[in-house]
Amino acid sequence: MKIVVCISHVPDTTTKVKFVNDNKLDETGIQWIINPWDELSLTRALELKDDPANGIEKVTVAHVGPVGAEPTIRKALAIGADDAIRINATSSDAYYVAAQLAEVLKNNPFDIILCGIESSDFNGSTVGGMLAEFLGIPSVSSVSSLNLVNGEVILTREIDGGKETVAIPVPFVAIVQKGITKEPRIPSMRGIMMARTKPILVSEPVSLDALTEVVQYEMPKPRAACKFVNPENPAELITLLQNEAKVI
Amino acid sequence: MSVLTFVENWDGKFKKLTFELVSYASKVAEMMNTTAIALSIGNVQPEELEKLGKYGVKKIIHIANEELLALDNQAYTSVITELAVKEGATVLLLANNNTGKALAPRLSVRLKAGVGSGVSQLPLSIDPFMVYKKVYSGRAFAHLTIKSPVRILTLAQNSFELIETPNDAAIETITVQLENGLIKTVVKDVQKQTGKILLTDAEIVVSGGRGMKSPDNWGPLVELADLLGAATACSRPVSDEGWRPHEEHTGQTGKIIAPNLYFAIGISGATQHIAGVSASKFIVAVNTDKDAPVFEAAQYGIVGDAAKILPQLVEAVREIKSK
Ligand SMILES: Cc1cc2nc3c(=O)[nH]c(=O)nc-3n(C[C@H](O)[C@H](O)[C@H](O)COP(=O)(O)OP(=O)(O)OC[C@H]3O[C@@H](n4cnc5c(N)ncnc54)[C@H](O)[C@@H]3O)c2cc1C
Repeated sequence: MKIVVCISHVPDTTTKVKFVNDNKLDETGIQWIINPWDELSLTRALELKDDPANGIEKVTVAHVGPVGAEPTIRKALAIGADDAIRINATSSDAYYVAAQLAEVLKNNPFDIILCGIESSDFNGSTVGGMLAEFLGIPSVSSVSSLNLVNGEVILTREIDGGKETVAIPVPFVAIVQKGITKEPRIPSMRGIMMARTKPILVSEPVSLDALTEVVQYEMPKPRAACKFVNPENPAELITLLQNEAKVI
Repeated sequence: MSVLTFVENWDGKFKKLTFELVSYASKVAEMMNTTAIALSIGNVQPEELEKLGKYGVKKIIHIANEELLALDNQAYTSVITELAVKEGATVLLLANNNTGKALAPRLSVRLKAGVGSGVSQLPLSIDPFMVYKKVYSGRAFAHLTIKSPVRILTLAQNSFELIETPNDAAIETITVQLENGLIKTVVKDVQKQTGKILLTDAEIVVSGGRGMKSPDNWGPLVELADLLGAATACSRPVSDEGWRPHEEHTGQTGKIIAPNLYFAIGISGATQHIAGVSASKFIVAVNTDKDAPVFEAAQYGIVGDAAKILPQLVEAVREIKSK
């Protein structure tokens, strides 16, 4: 079996974002990372591969982005992916990204496709499901565990107020959330050395129009300053919540 | 033309989230001079379906196929697509919850419809179709235009008020023809959380962080939550340490919630934590460190030791509840 993990490259989660002309991210000083959920997906893929009983031949990472994202791809290779595919395009929206991934994956079939449930930049939660639909294969979303049991894929999917254990035939897309693994793997020294020579296949995009466009960014509206209550009289807080905020 | 809303049910029942969705859909329909239609899949009694009419929905389509009781993303996508086309939907609305996140992207490809995810207010304009949405986990917002003739929106929970516009909705119960072998998901087991208020549904949430010091100190926090009819939550390190269950982890990588009131007790207020709670209407922080970043996000705060403050908050709430 082969696994591909779709990875997105996002600003570090603590970055104070700023924009140029209100419509473009100001990239100065930004530290780029692998999207946190994609890093968890990759870690789970490698854990599955570590157990020979699972018969995973290869773990590939796929990314849609210009050459500038290669350090992020190399990091994924250093963590342990065997090879990578980079589609040489600037992503314009989720639909565009999913369509590009689908084009490449149609010609390079995989059994298990993993995507993170959300990217920490656009918070769309859409690429994985779109990719499955483009490929015409099943998808399971909000996946918090993934195991191979006697060759059958068994997943846990979160539902509002609980969870379900489901089985799904390959090929399929799992859209992964917290719980899939405990901690993301970090690259070892040896991993970093080996990553230098691992192959990155570069593929050119197909021509396609995005369906959405960000025309303007705005900063959150400032919240009212914090009102401090005397720690000697915490009951005052409850009075304020009842009479001023009117929330209890 | 129509605005079509997919309404999920939980054991045959709707919840506040459902009525938020149809209230929103009715307003969008009004902005577009068209009608709001709701689509329900599963076993829902007519008395329950009729409740949707109270929030301005003109027609309720109820799909009763037995095979569709469990969610299969491909089968649901086919059924919703068919109805969206038949009803000439130009806006399709879903909740931004697990089910909505599973279906909206598939529907987007099937209908070649752009998606605005997690919207929390009405569209900024209809022509061009523009929505306001959170990006960078709440550190910024975007004006997003959706250029396709059909648009899909997912609405964030607890972000839109219920608007009653009494009206009798017609209920149409139908059975759809499903292609053989379309359903691929086999549900082997379901585990439901019972007897507790769901964190995502709660209007008040009491949350604890590492400043609670030990898993043994949660008593007064839980008591405060019980008295307020609130759900309990925690920061990531607290669930990582196993002090509290994983379902309680809020923040960027955990649950994203928008209660009316959020208590952050002994939580530093790291960006990744605030990302999950910044849409709360009010945030209250209790922290020993007056410079903790959580006070930048909070509207009310107490600089003090949680172990001392919590029992006094419990007493104060008990007092007002007994009146
Ligand atoms: C990619 C990524 C994703 C992440 N996602 C999340 C997420 O989803 N959710 C999340 O919560 N975190 C997340 N984190 C972790 C986050 O960065 C913080 O480490 C975490 O939120 C800190 O938790 P805390 O506030 O409980 O603990 P701490 O940072 O240790 O803060 C404890 C606070 O308690 C106060 N305190 C100490 N003693 C007392 C006392 N007696 N009474 C009152 N206050 C006291 C301290 O002053 C301090 O402010 C993420 C990190 C990364 C890198």
